[in-house]
Amino acid sequence: MTRRSRYVTWAGLLLLFGAILWLLPIDLGQLDWQSALAADETTTDAATESDGAAEANGAAESPYAPAPKTTAADYPQIAGVNSRVVVWLVAQLHLWFAAFVLAVPIFVFIIEAIGMATREKRYDDMAYEFIKVSITAYSLTAILGGLLAFSLLVFYPDLFLYLSTIFKETMFYYALIFFAESACLYIYYYGWHWLQGPFKKWLHLSLGLLLNGVGTLLMFLANGWLTFMMSPAGVDPAGVFQGDTMVALHNYLWNPINLHRFVANIAYGGSVVGAYAAFKFLSARRAEERAHYDWMGYNANFIAICALLPLPFAGYYLSAEIYAYSQQMGITLMGGIFAWLFIIQAVLIGTLFLSANYYLWCGMGRSDGAVRYNHYIKYIAIVLVGAFLVWFTPHTLVLSNEELKALGGPYHKYLGPLGIMPAKNTAVNVMILFTALSFLIYRRANRVATANWVRMGNAIQVALFTTGIANIFFLGIYHGYFTNTVYKVAASIPQVLTTLVVIVISTLIDYFMYRGAKDVAPLHWGRVPGRSQYALFLLAVAFTWLMGLMGYIRSGIRQHWHVVDIMRDNSPDAFTPTLGYAANVVSVGTVIFMTMVIFVFWLAQVSGSKAEPSGYWKEQQA
Amino acid sequence: MKAFRIPRLLQFVLVPVVVYAVTRLIFDVLLGQLIPASLMTMYMFFVLAGTFMAFTFTEDGTRELVAPIKALVEDPSRKWLRNVVFVVLPLALGFYTYQLRTPKPEAPLELRSIHPAPPSTVKAYDKRFNLLTLENPYRKLQKEDPEAFAEMVAAGAAVYIENCQYCHGDKLDGRGPYAQGLNPVPANFQDVGTIAQLQESYLFWRIATGGPGLPKEAAPWISSMPIWQDFLSEEETWQVILYLYDYTGHAPRSWEHE
Repeated sequence: MTRRSRYVTWAGLLLLFGAILWLLPIDLGQLDWQSALAADETTTDAATESDGAAEANGAAESPYAPAPKTTAADYPQIAGVNSRVVVWLVAQLHLWFAAFVLAVPIFVFIIEAIGMATREKRYDDMAYEFIKVSITAYSLTAILGGLLAFSLLVFYPDLFLYLSTIFKETMFYYALIFFAESACLYIYYYGWHWLQGPFKKWLHLSLGLLLNGVGTLLMFLANGWLTFMMSPAGVDPAGVFQGDTMVALHNYLWNPINLHRFVANIAYGGSVVGAYAAFKFLSARRAEERAHYDWMGYNANFIAICALLPLPFAGYYLSAEIYAYSQQMGITLMGGIFAWLFIIQAVLIGTLFLSANYYLWCGMGRSDGAVRYNHYIKYIAIVLVGAFLVWFTPHTLVLSNEELKALGGPYHKYLGPLGIMPAKNTAVNVMILFTALSFLIYRRANRVATANWVRMGNAIQVALFTTGIANIFFLGIYHGYFTNTVYKVAASIPQVLTTLVVIVISTLIDYFMYRGAKDVAPLHWGRVPGRSQYALFLLAVAFTWLMGLMGYIRSGIRQHWHVVDIMRDNSPDAFTPTLGYAANVVSVGTVIFMTMVIFVFWLAQVSGSKAEPSGYWKEQQA
Repeated sequence: MKAFRIPRLLQFVLVPVVVYAVTRLIFDVLLGQLIPASLMTMYMFFVLAGTFMAFTFTEDGTRELVAPIKALVEDPSRKWLRNVVFVVLPLALGFYTYQLRTPKPEAPLELRSIHPAPPSTVKAYDKRFNLLTLENPYRKLQKEDPEAFAEMVAAGAAVYIENCQYCHGDKLDGRGPYAQGLNPVPANFQDVGTIAQLQESYLFWRIATGGPGLPKEAAPWISSMPIWQDFLSEEETWQVILYLYDYTGHAPRSWEHE
């Protein structure tokens, strides 16, 4: 076998293995779909039976014990340490870092592939710089994961024992797969400059795919454990495990969480490396450095936006599934005590859209031709802010007594209807469409189309956006307010499809229309105001805060249950904290995470600097 | 002659001021439904943020915007104006903060969730009901036997008029004769945000167990709703639920297509 064919074989095998690994959790999930559903039905139907009878049945048929019934004495305490806050913060920090280190290899893989396709080395260099940032974060992720496991063992031993009884195989293999993840990551990173060249590069890219496959599998496994705590499956009403781990893993909320986290991680990873690029841009002293990090920040923001656009839909799908699984959890989530945190969530999501758009608009300053489009920006800003106001308008208002009397009740006659999901879905689709429009304008800013069908192309695009928006409004208003909830929820799907069709077709039209277009002048990378870089920081901070907040809500809707309806939380902290207290804990976690991230950025910076102290080392004799 | 153009800084100030004034005019005066201060503050914050974004995304625009402020701070000929602004502005902000923070005789704002989360099971009529799977036993008549269904709805209407309309109103809009004496006012079933969002099992729980049946997790709840299982039979409770949906034209929340 020649050297060339050996490389090709290895690369092919790795690519195939990576692809299989990536798709494995999804395929397994599909196979067990029916049994998982059946298990859910059994669980809910059986819940009407008395606890005692179920317990007796379960104990008689299964070798497994029922879920432990704990008392406050079963939760070890350490003086001066609040166990819930410790586990809460450590779990959240672990998740932030894990989201980052899982996301970076995804787009590093894509950027590396783009570099290979275009043969432009700058893409390869950028991909390498991204993965370099994630290496330090990777060890922090592992440390925090270990700390989380120890914290659970120390403070919640019965819960951990119960979960590890059900998930013993997956927990064991999880630890083993972590070795594979580390091996892939280290070879991928340290072998970057070694595996260069026509065939070695393919091998390296395949390794990247394998790394992503392993990482995604790890995330899916951990997701199965936490969603089991929300929508348990594979156990009877007393919590007696029925013996099929796959049923427990593939519980009702597993796939919605998998999808939501997969997309969110990419957006989050993009925003954090965008913050890194902004950090480097602002501290750069040379024009070339500024140009490089400006370009890197632009690409990171592009990745974040691409993943941000479908994210609200993935979130809505998750919420709808939570509601479908349990009316109780659904109402707690969006209509009950957590509804107010959802208003903050809406504000943060709107902030993400505003800052991403602001960054694009500021970025038009790189182009000498942007002045032709500047006057459109104010209209986009008006629409975005208008949609944003609808997006966060609450259904139930915070009212003073005087206002309550003046309105005649806690609902607003005209703004109240904006507080429910059809209005929110309509608003977010409009925000997404106008963000895409910002991007189209940004792309055009420096170019002059030479195709002879430009007028027609523009007219088609205007017609597409107009009819698309009209359709989104029709679906939102008619199905949202004049049909029953089945159609109301279902209408969100054609709304999403409308948005996607408009974005995809108008981008394609733009692509063909501007093929062979003339540049007004070379783009001036680095010619952006410092403000734009702070928009990138805002994007990363808002994302972090948002994830912390939503992570708390997702976990908090279990309320006084460790495992919903199966294992009750009897610890001294088995109460839902006040909204202010929860928001403070999340904010403290955000500050800790951002401090650690700055440390990671700093490490990436010092690793590239080299000091030459004079007179410190002995002169070496030749 | 050079056309008059409003200075950019003044434009920047005028945009939120005009938005505020127009919003107040529309909602407070023309529609007679004021926007609560808490919401208006949020609205104005993001209107300001949007205005800032639209005015500062180009370097030239930003320079023009901050030029008068820069001149005020740096230009020696504006010393007097600078001193006045530097005294008046902090004082005005201080006064505003003082006004905002001074305790007032009015009761503080209350965060109240109108839809408390139901328990997974509920005890009523000496039985335990699983609210995750509970369905209105008479709902199926709507397709299977429309005449019998209409009779059930009519029976529910009679129950409603005899027991519920005093608070919830004869138009089911939460404006019954006693409504103004209650705080919070009774639920408006016509609103798309109330029963249209809920499953029938939720209504069964709220009617059967009333205010005292609300969950402990988020106490204290304020509700004048009686425990209707003490006054209505299980059948009457389901009948009145049918009537609520029938009269308002809403459909109960469900997960299946017809």
